Amino acid sequence: MESGAYKRVFLPLLAFLAVGALWEFWANLGIWSAAAFPSPRAAAKGMWELAVDGTLLKHSVASLFRVTVGYYLAVLFAIPLGMILGWWKVGQTLFNSIIQFLRPISPLAWIPLAMLWFGIGDRPAIFLIFLASFFPLLVSTINAVNHINTLYFQVAANFKFTKLETVARVIFPAILPSVLPALRISLGIAWLVVVAAEMIAVKSGLGYLILDSRNALRMDYVMDAMIAIGLIGICLDRVIRQLNRLKFVSWGSL
Amino acid sequence: MGHVLIEGLYKQFVERRSARRVLNGDVDLHAGDYLPVLDNIDLEIRNGELVCILGPSGCGKSTLARIIAGFEVATSGKVLIDGKEVQGPSSDNIFVFQHTALLPWMTVWENVALGLRHMKDKQKMTERVQEYVDVVNLTGFEHHYPHQLSGGMQRRAELARALVVNPEVLFMDEPFAGLDFLTRLKMREEVINMHEFLRKTIVFITHDIDEAMAMGDRVVVFTDRPARVKLDVNIDSPHPRDFACDTALEGIRKEVYAELGVHHAL
Repeated sequence: MESGAYKRVFLPLLAFLAVGALWEFWANLGIWSAAAFPSPRAAAKGMWELAVDGTLLKHSVASLFRVTVGYYLAVLFAIPLGMILGWWKVGQTLFNSIIQFLRPISPLAWIPLAMLWFGIGDRPAIFLIFLASFFPLLVSTINAVNHINTLYFQVAANFKFTKLETVARVIFPAILPSVLPALRISLGIAWLVVVAAEMIAVKSGLGYLILDSRNALRMDYVMDAMIAIGLIGICLDRVIRQLNRLKFVSWGSL
Repeated sequence: MGHVLIEGLYKQFVERRSARRVLNGDVDLHAGDYLPVLDNIDLEIRNGELVCILGPSGCGKSTLARIIAGFEVATSGKVLIDGKEVQGPSSDNIFVFQHTALLPWMTVWENVALGLRHMKDKQKMTERVQEYVDVVNLTGFEHHYPHQLSGGMQRRAELARALVVNPEVLFMDEPFAGLDFLTRLKMREEVINMHEFLRKTIVFITHDIDEAMAMGDRVVVFTDRPARVKLDVNIDSPHPRDFACDTALEGIRKEVYAELGVHHAL
């Protein structure tokens, strides 16, 4: 095996195996009952049941759908708004305090209101995910615009760029290297929040699966849902990291 | 064309602390709140001339270049380029900045093509971009990004981007700062060759006396801030110049050094 692949694949796998072994060992100590702390084998059996009858897929798709919609809405609003506020300094002064005021309020605090406004179903969950990813994205976009080298604006003036050209060919590409990590972080936050959001007003999703399994006292299913959340989280992160490979972004990592 | 006429140019900055008073509406400023930078500059730059503007660091020579190029506004006085008063930046006068100002998210090709983006005839545009990429010896690096190039190559790419629009006046504000000594010497040579070939008006800002002596058709020496013209000499010696053999040149060089307060130049 090539040593790079060995390091990338084998070493992380080793850590997973070690944690699995520790888990097995702990379960066998019998500190908690098997019902309260299922062994890896019991969890695997439960995972098989959930996978075979399609429950796992159904709930994963439901969660991914909510995250996708809420997250895209956040990206769609936060980045253009951040670019506007980054450029328009009066607007920035005007809105900065209110943004900083709203930002630390946990999206979970909005749950009662979200349920009142949007009823039950997908919409309150999507709203919470939107809130969770909107503010980090907005703030880092504004910051990124603030930190664009002024030289680039002078070049734009020298070559008679229109406002639209300045946005499309200077501001947008200039902020990408710092917006991409923000995209990654806020996707992680969105995925964190979806589970909590699904514990309140819906009858599907991995968060619901956890709640429902707890009510049925099936801790093996609870653990399986947690494992699924972790695995999908890794995959989402992998996917979004591919954006860093874009050629016109690579200058930012210097 | 490329004739620059500077008349009675005066520039003062409002000091930062006083600027806050202006913002607060308390605009009663006193003499000490102003920082005079340029003091009554009159200068005529002839068409096709390579003028080196020399002066101590921070004397205001960059400010002068920025005013001529339209990036800053003078407190009083005016600048005319080919008889037209400068109102703001224009793609007829391209500024080559102190630090590389290539847009890092664009390839060399895209950077050089910036000034030609409105050309209707794309075939012609491609030819012209290629021509100037070749002129600055970057053939084969068209699709590299700036960070993949050496400092000297970055400067050359920026030079190509400036020249491709066929500007009336080229401003170069200490363009070789940050390059190693050898690359500096080579870039000097390239700019001299380019100038002999294209005969563009070049306003070249530097604090390197030997650089000015080696390059300029004319050297203008500024005093310390607020800048006034202290010395204005034409240099007729042909390129490449040799200080050791050219007694007239050596005389001018000594004089320039003396004007800048150095009496034992090596």
